[in-house]
This record gives sequence, structure tokens and C-alpha cells, in this order.
Amino acid sequence: MRITRKDFLRLSGLSLLAAGCKQAVRSVNQPASGARAASTQPVRWGMVIDLGKCREKDGCSACIHACNTAHNIPQIANRAHEVKWIWTEPYATVFPSAQTGYAPQSDTETMVPLLCNHCADPPCTRVCPTQATWKRDDGIVMMDWHRCIGCRYCIAACPYGSRSFNFEDPRPSIAGINPDFPTRTKGVVEKCNFCEERLARGLKPACVDACPQHVFTFGNLADPDSEPRQLLRERFAVQREPELGTGPSVFYLV
Amino acid sequence: MLMLDKALKGSRRYWTWLLCLLCIIAAGFCFYLRQLDQGLGITGLSRDVSWGLYIAQFTFFVGVAASAVMVVLPYYLHGERQFARITILGECLAIASVIMCILFIFVDLGQPARVLNIILYPSPHSLMFWDMLSLSGYLLLNAIIAFVTLRAESEETPAPGWIKLLAILSIPWAISIHTVTAFLYSGLAGRSFWLTAILAPRFLASAFSSGPALLILLCLVLRRVAGYRVAEDAIRKLAIIMTYAMAINVFFVLVEVFTVFYAAIPEHTAHFEYLYLLGSGHNLAPCMWISAVFAVAALVILFTPALRRAQLPLACILVFISLWLEKGLGLIVGGFVPSPLGAVAHYAPTLPEWTIVAGIWSVGALLITVFYKVVLSVREEVES
Repeated sequence: MRITRKDFLRLSGLSLLAAGCKQAVRSVNQPASGARAASTQPVRWGMVIDLGKCREKDGCSACIHACNTAHNIPQIANRAHEVKWIWTEPYATVFPSAQTGYAPQSDTETMVPLLCNHCADPPCTRVCPTQATWKRDDGIVMMDWHRCIGCRYCIAACPYGSRSFNFEDPRPSIAGINPDFPTRTKGVVEKCNFCEERLARGLKPACVDACPQHVFTFGNLADPDSEPRQLLRERFAVQREPELGTGPSVFYLV
Repeated sequence: MLMLDKALKGSRRYWTWLLCLLCIIAAGFCFYLRQLDQGLGITGLSRDVSWGLYIAQFTFFVGVAASAVMVVLPYYLHGERQFARITILGECLAIASVIMCILFIFVDLGQPARVLNIILYPSPHSLMFWDMLSLSGYLLLNAIIAFVTLRAESEETPAPGWIKLLAILSIPWAISIHTVTAFLYSGLAGRSFWLTAILAPRFLASAFSSGPALLILLCLVLRRVAGYRVAEDAIRKLAIIMTYAMAINVFFVLVEVFTVFYAAIPEHTAHFEYLYLLGSGHNLAPCMWISAVFAVAALVILFTPALRRAQLPLACILVFISLWLEKGLGLIVGGFVPSPLGAVAHYAPTLPEWTIVAGIWSVGALLITVFYKVVLSVREEVES
């Protein structure tokens, strides 16, 4: 069959018309899906840490302990091979650029809880060659321990030292295994997951619930009426190295 | 057909050398099995220094691989006939180096069985994805070029015309492999030691110096053990390339040092202080100073007419060791210390780590020996 120029033009016109009709039908259907989008609020999980309330110097480590037991985190004696999701470092180490040099030693030595910042633009997920770490729509930076090849590029990329590598089999170093959470194998990277397994059940992260001083305030940063947003409106807060453009979701009240 | 049969006929000395290499490979393999069983904990790596000798060696040998362009470019693009007898040696060196690079990456993985996830879940936002593409492409290009030109030579026919196209394509490709490798590091906001635009140019300069240094040494060895004639003129030209690349590399390092110390941002100076401050107990400082002294000594020899002719092998050795220490050790470890949290971690490669590295070096040496054996046998047959 030969297609003449006339046939070709006619066919093209009909195709365009059909595509246009489809578009029109779709736009009529749009309001329904639009309404659905409006009903689900955008979520960006975040945390505000009130350093003034923390009783770390009185020997409290309830948050760390709760996290360790909830997530089967091994207690490895060799510091070089440590795995940690939440831990503490001195204030002067965590905020080196905020040091005046004249603050009392008690202030600079105050221990600050550290965890993954669940950045808005995470450098770790950008460099991962297998998408074993990625950012969810609710802002949580996740890890797939079954996909990770253990190249440790994410560790090199993270400016916060929030990621740990399993240099050895972690299982023998776990005090009591929590059957509700997976253990990891040697050769993979892991880090804080903002307790996404608890969020899925409507609970708050383990560290938040465990703290007797209510140091941690957890909530939706995308909701202007949420608890963390209220705190951030009322008080002066800092983030770790915000100048790197990572957009940390963890804030500190100093 | 593959011409590899020519590697099976050799003198007693040839076989003894291969056997020695195989022994080191076996030792490295045994330690690798142990690493596979116990995890990367048997290396000197730690939470803070999470990349070490393996990745540093990978970086160094990407440079050696890229340096093949320094013989391919004059021969194919400028028609420098005296490079005819060493171009294929350069290409074979590139093939062996890329294979070493792949092995260094492989032994660094915590879960090597999952390595194909890089292909299964391609991630163009990761520089590692591009590095894999550029390295495997470069390996393929050089393998095809070396094989086809050598077969044409053995059949005493001219090489097909399209080979020249591939050879010219391999020139920008060589630049790309080392540029992408530099981008692996220089794109990380949290690591101020690498966060400098000079990193890629510096990588190329050190590559075009260390690669030709190794190639000159290999040519001299071939001349001595196999009586292979390499034109004096070709070696002299390679030496000039090496000299200026080394001078440019030293210049780039000094430019970086000026920027870091004049601007004096603590985050930037801390890494240099860790690497170069003697007497602070940091084990890398002596290595870095040896590297610096060797670099200066090599340049003095290479720029002094009376010395450079007589002392060329020594200058090549100095250049190679200097750059090996700088790039194959200090450049990677220095980026991790101090850590983002200011921790000054101690890193020293362990015996298993050194043995695995020696094993991979031996794989490279074995490949080079076999490739060169084939090339030399083909040429002997043609010439006789």
C-alpha cells in the first residue's frame, strides 16, 4: 500500500486529534487525584535536640541504650571497628566553627548527641553506586543492607561521620538479639534510620521515647503547627555544618 | 589465534620469574580468602580511615593506565615513527594496569559477591558508575588496538584503517579515566583535602610522569634481558614528557600548598599538617618527605644535561617512588585524617593488606611479562 501525501497529512491530523482528546479526558479526571494529593500532607521528618535538658554528665545514656537494643547494634571493643547510630561528642568537636575560644570549659566539653542528619540533599545517596542508600519522600535516608556492596563511598561522602561499616561479623557482639529487627552482616554500611520501623507503627523513634528529660522533639518539619516547628519558631537553633548545603533535618537548641 | 601460545615457550629464567610471581599471587590470594572470611577488619582500615592502601593503589594505577596516551598520541596523532616499537608496549601496560585497578576495587569491597549490583542498579548520579564505564571502555579499546595491530604485524599485513580511529578515540578516553577518578574525590563537600579543582589536573600530571617513568624502565629491562631494540630517540622523548609532567605536577602541588596555607582555613591546613609535620608521631610524614625529596632530586637530574643521560634509570625510579608515595598512599589516607569530627586516626596497612597488594602487583607483572613475551616473539619471527 502506498501512502500519499494527502493520506499522511490526514493520518497525522487524526493522531493529533486523538492525543488531544486523551489529554482532555485526563484533565477531566484530574480533580479526583488532585483532591487525594491535598488530603495527604507532605511529610519531612525532623528532630530538635534541646541540649540544655540533657543529663549526659549525670551518667544518663538512655537514648543510646534504647537505640542499641532496638536495632541490634553490636558493642565492639575495638574503637576502630565501632558501629554506632546515636552517640555523643563534645560540643567543641561537633560545632568547631561556633567556638569563641573564651567559653568556659564546662560548655565546650558538654556532650552532644549525634545521629544521621537525614539531610534534605544527602551527599551519601548521591554517591552510592547501587542505590543501596536513598532518600524517601518523607525525608528519611534509608539503607538496603542486602544491596550494599560495601564500597564505603557513602562514608567518604558523609560530612558528619554518621555512617558505620561492619568490619567484622556484628552478630557475636550483640548482647541480646531483638527478633523484631534485622541484624546485619559483615561488609555492609549502616546508620540511623530515624526508627522508620517504629514510625510505620505510629510510634516515635526509640531515643525520643527513652529520654527521661524529653531532650528530643520529633515531628513533621513540613507542618507549620508541628512540635519541632513551634520550637524552631520560639528558640535559636543550629544545624551541623549547614554551609555545606546538605540541609540537615536535625536541629540543636543551644 | 590469540598468539598466547608464544608465551608458552621461554627460557628457564622466564619460567622462574613467572613462578616467583605465581607464588606471591598465591600468598595474596590466601590472605584474600581470610579477608573474605573475617571481613575487612583484618586490614588497617577503621571507622575514620575507611579507604586505604587498596583505593590509593587503584588511584595510582588508573594514572599508569592513562599514561599510555603519552605514546599513543605522538605515534598516531603526530606520526612520530620512533614510537612505533613502544606504542604497543604502552598499550599492554595500560591493559595490565586497568586489570590491576579492577582487582584493587574488588578486594576493597565488603560484599564482593554483590559487585554486579553496580550494573544491575545503574546510578548515573554516582561517579563510581562513570568510573566503571570509562575504565571498562578503556580496557576494551586498548585490548582491541593491541591485539589487532599485533596480529597484523605477525601476518605482515598493514593494520586495518579503523584501528587508527580507535587509537585516536583512546586518547580522550585516557584523559577521561583519570579525570573521572579525580572527580570521585574532588566532588565530596565534606572532605576539604580533596575538594579542589586542581585535583584532576594534578592527577593527570602525576600520571603522565609516573607512567612514562615505568615504561622507560620496562624498555630498559627488555633491552637487557631480551635484547629488544628500542630506539634511543623514543626513550629520550619519553623522558622529556616525564620531566615536564613531573615539573607540572610539583607546580600543581605547590599551588595547592599556597592556597591552603595563605588562606589558612583550619579545615584545609589540618590535612597537610597531618601529612607533612614531622615529629608529631604520624607515620605518614616520613613517607611524604621522602616523596618530596625524591621529586626534587629527580627534577635536578632530569634538568641537568650532564646527569640526565647517564642517570636516566635512577631518575625514573625516583619519579616512580615519589609519585607512588604521594598518590598511592598519602593522597587517599590524607583525605580522611583528620576526620570530619576532628579525630586523628592512626592508619598503617597490615601484613594481610600488604600481601594482597603485592599479589595484585604480581598479577600486573605477570600480565606485562606475558604480553611483552608475545609482542617480542611476534617481532622476532617477523624480523628473522
